Order: sequence, then C-alpha cells, then structure tokens
Amino acid sequence: MKTTKTKDRCTRAQALDLYRQMFTIRYFETRGGELCRKGDIPAFIHLYVGEEAVAVGVCSQLHTSDMITSTHRGHGHALAKGADVRRLMAELYGRTDGYCGGRGGSMHIFAPEIGLLGTNGLVAGGIPSAVGAALTAKVKGTDGVAVAFFGDGGSNHGAFHESLNLASAFHLPVIFVCENNLYATATPLATIAGNPEIAQRAVAYGMPGAAVDGQDVLAVREATARAVARARAGDGPTLLECKTYRYVGHNEGDPVCGTYRTSEEVELWKLRDPLLLLERYFTTELGGDIAEVDAVRQQVTDDVEDAIVFAHNSPWPAAASLEAHRYAK
Amino acid sequence: MPNKPTQISNLEAIRNAIAVEMRLNPDIIVIGEGTGERGGCFAHTKGLFAEFGAERMLDTPISENGFTGMAIGAAATGLHPIVDLMFADFILDAMTQLVNQAAKIHFMSNGQIRVPMVLRASIGSTAAAAGQHSGVYYPLFMHIPGLKVVTYSTPADGYGLMRSALREPNPVIFLDHKGLFPVKGDAPAEDLLIPLGKARICQTGTDVTVVAASLMVQYALEAAAQLADNCAVEVIDMRTLSPLDMETVFASVEKTGRLLIVDESFPVCSMASEIAACVASERLYDLDAPIRRLNTLPIAHPFSPPLELATIPRTTQIRTAIEALMKE
Repeated sequence: MKTTKTKDRCTRAQALDLYRQMFTIRYFETRGGELCRKGDIPAFIHLYVGEEAVAVGVCSQLHTSDMITSTHRGHGHALAKGADVRRLMAELYGRTDGYCGGRGGSMHIFAPEIGLLGTNGLVAGGIPSAVGAALTAKVKGTDGVAVAFFGDGGSNHGAFHESLNLASAFHLPVIFVCENNLYATATPLATIAGNPEIAQRAVAYGMPGAAVDGQDVLAVREATARAVARARAGDGPTLLECKTYRYVGHNEGDPVCGTYRTSEEVELWKLRDPLLLLERYFTTELGGDIAEVDAVRQQVTDDVEDAIVFAHNSPWPAAASLEAHRYAK
Repeated sequence: MPNKPTQISNLEAIRNAIAVEMRLNPDIIVIGEGTGERGGCFAHTKGLFAEFGAERMLDTPISENGFTGMAIGAAATGLHPIVDLMFADFILDAMTQLVNQAAKIHFMSNGQIRVPMVLRASIGSTAAAAGQHSGVYYPLFMHIPGLKVVTYSTPADGYGLMRSALREPNPVIFLDHKGLFPVKGDAPAEDLLIPLGKARICQTGTDVTVVAASLMVQYALEAAAQLADNCAVEVIDMRTLSPLDMETVFASVEKTGRLLIVDESFPVCSMASEIAACVASERLYDLDAPIRRLNTLPIAHPFSPPLELATIPRTTQIRTAIEALMKE
C-alpha cells in the first residue's frame, strides 16, 4: 500500500468536496440506521459506515455516463455517483418519489441517468453486468468505463472469477473494486480463502492488481485514476482491492461485533477513520480552516434531514400500479 | 437473380433470421461458445462470422454465468445480445443471472432499464444425448415473471419468431429443438414477422383439440393424420410458452369439448399442467371429457436408444391417447 504525503494530492476545493460526499454518506447512513430501527424504513438495510472513502474515491474519477454496479451495501455508491438524497431516501422508504418508485428498495436501486446500473441483493450478482456495460462501451466505441463494486465475500463467487477472465480476455474497460472489509457477514476472509490477498488474484487473469488503503480517500482516488486511464486508453481491466472496514453490523439490527470480532478491533479502525484522515489532511497539509468543514457538515445535515421529511411525505405507491413494467413495451 | 429455395431447414431459417436482423440492427451481437468462426456446435451460426466479424460474434470461455451476466449488462446499456448456450441444460449454470437479474431489472427499476436480449439454446431428446444434453426445461423459465419463452416447430415459424424476438425489449428464451434442426419446411417470406404470444392452429378439427409445442407438434400432426378417417383433430402449436395464448386454446376447446396436451417437459408444473389448470378453471363446462396430458417420464433422460424412445411422448402414444379420449 502506497500513501503519499504531499500537498499536491488534491486542492482544498477538491478535499472539501470529497469530505462533503463522505460526510453525506456517513450522515445519511447513520440516520438511515435510526429510521430503520424506528420502522420508518420498512426493511433491513446494510450500512456503508466506515467504508466511505472507497465509493467516493473511486467515483471521483468517473464521468456521470460511466456505469457502476453495486452491492447490498450500496447507498454509498449511489450517493458517490451523484444520487439525489431525497430520491434515494424515498426509495428506502418505499415511496413513489424514490428512484424506482418503491419497486426496488435499498438493494435494487437503479438510476441510469447517473450511471448506477443497480445496487444488488445477490453477492457478486452485479459484477458480470459491469463487464457487459464495458462491452457496450467497447462495441459502440465510446470512452466509457464501468466499475463493479463488490466485497471480500463476492471475491469468492464464481461470477467474480468468470468476470475477471472475460474482461481480461476481451480487453474491456472495467475496474473491479473489491471492498475488503475483512468479513463476509460474520466469516473472516482469512478462514475461507487460501490466499486472502485478493489483489493478487489479478495475476491469474492477466491484469494489474493493487491493494489500496481504503480508508484514505486520496489513495483510492489515485489508484482509480491509474485504472481509469488504462481502461479509457483501451488497455483493459484492473483489480483494486481497497482494504476497509465497516463500523456497524452486517445489516442494521445485527450486532456490531457478533461472534467474529472485538470492540477493540472496531475502535482501532476508527483511529483511521476516512473522514478524520481527510479532515486532518485538509487542516494540516492544505492549511484549510476547520470552520469550512463545519459548514459542510451543517449543509449536509440540513440536506439529509430535508430528504427524510421529503421521503416521509412522499405517497405510497398504489397497488393498482403493480402491472406497470411487468414487461417492457 | 437465383431462385430462392422453396424448402429450407429449421436450422437455416433461424440463421437467416439472425442475419437479417443483424444487418438491420448494429446493436445485435452474438455471445457464445464456439459460435464465432467455428459456426456453432450444430453449424447453427455458420457464415455469420464471415459477414459480421469477431466484434459482433464473440467467442467466449465456458463461463455461462459470467457471459450471460455480461450480456445482461450489455443489454441494459444499449446492445441487443443473443446469448447462445448450445444446450438448454447449460442454462442452469446461468440461472441466477437470468432469474435474479435479467427477468427482474425492468420491473425493479420501475421501467427505467430494459434488458433486450435473446437467450438461445437447443432442447429435447434425440439421438442418445442422454441425461445432461436432452432437457427442455422451459417450465422453469415459464415460471419466471419478466421472461418470454419461445419455441417453434417449422422453419417459417422459427424465422418469424426469431425476428420478432430480436425486436423485443424484454429477455426472450428462444429454444430450438435439436430433432427439428435438419427438418425442412416451406421457406418463409423474407419479411415475415410473427408476434410473440400467439399460438398457431396447425390444422382445424371439431372432435378433439391437441395442444403441443416444438417437436411434439410434428408428432401430434402425424398422429392426427393417422386418425384422419375417424376423427377431426385440431392441432395447436403454442409457439410462445410465456405468455401463453390461452384464448386460442379456449376457443378450440369450446368447439371440440376434448383436450389432450402433449408436452416434452416433465409432468410436474409443466406446460401441460398449466394449460390444463387454465382450461379446467375457465372452460370446465365446455368439456365433454377429462383433460388428458402426455409428458416425458419424470426420470433423467437415459442414454440407450430403446430406453430413450420409451421416455418421451411419441406419435403412437399420442394416437392412442386421442383414441382413448374420443371414447370418454
């Protein structure tokens, strides 16, 4: 893992924008967890708390038209790709103003206009779709790239292995982003993988692979920039393994530590919290004013609170609408 | 200009349909194992590589789940892939992508995303293909909302249905019967398009209705011909298995009062059981006799030819079943 400590890693404006996006995810998810426990969000959700730097770092290097596929833990990817907080929250509420009018919910959020080809309820389910989006870009001759997000759990699924091989064989502009948070629900990666260094799997498929500090948004950004440049140049796919951590249980309601980790471990990871790291970089390396950070946090808080009210007031979909979109016409 | 042949095989008809649509629509690509330069394991894509090149005739590794999923992503972003899986038995490797992604994305996305793709595979018991290359499996796909399921029994139908399937904004499972590939029939008019969701009355009759699909249609027609002196059999080719054209079946049963369904799938939750349930539910009082069904025996397809022959419905069994039904 490579971390650079220079002032040229980003501008103050860029740092503040990355912070805004990460804090949006953090606050959205924290409130989402509360609303889920309260019953306002009608089903269990998987929160992205602790992993914000990965989605934000990766998506900061993409165009709106570049497609991503996401996972069951997908709100962060949606927000990083530009999702509107109101429409996203309304979808979690199952309301008509949600991105899918309440037909999808947390694990099936589709927003093609911002390049979100779906969060996904099936582990590794979205990886092949990203390869397909990259195939479209290649056949149609656009400079589009596609990104597949998945976890360490997904990296043991056949769809991961088949997708890496297909993308490499066909030189497709796709970036495979593994969010290695160490646990497939409650199963430690080290106990279920003969080689837990996921980035090394790239070698088997003839593509570059890199392990990245997934708590350092700038490191993620830099690694992604290299992968995107390679993909846009027609040189094919890259595997990025972002080493990260979730502070919360697998899903809302699941215990934070369970049978598989200790609270000491969780607290240790929080010392390298992605927001904290970026805030520190902003104030010390870039000479930014903490008041600017506070202003961003206030604005995001207001926006998310407004989104919650919006979602709460959005109408429920009518049962009479069920037949719509059964088939495309 | 050379005369067009008046008779062509099913295999040629489908290949022609694909070629015609590929010329019209540059977004159509073929994704499959050995379907490029090799021309497919049945020669069913022969010649397409020469015309359309490697970029539109993509030879894949043996990764059914991966490349079916890749096709779904491509379809969702602007291409119109044909995924060629050779044998329907191999679709089972791609089922999660087909069922959990392709079939559901349009509905779950509230209509924002379409998945226009044709998943093509061969079905059926012929020539001792044995337990892992003989399945029809279409009831599995009929069960899934969002998929359309098509099969055919003549070159003209196959041609017209494939052309329509390639204009569908939905995922279509298009099933060729291996036993029908070499069988010839009337060549279709080049501009023929047959809408999905419409059954075809192959021959009209007033005494008994026989509903079938794919190869079983040919067997039903043979049985009907053998009985022509004694009873007038109406034979219906369902052609599209999802959604089922029950109106055509209902109208026929209203006329004949007797129904036999011949279905190469296994009996439980089959095409036959679904049609029987619909007729029993909606047209019970038009029936003069119980609904009868003929299905493949619920066992793995045996290899040895005499065992294989005894496993699926044949012309003689259909004839016997019609005769028995006429006496009820």
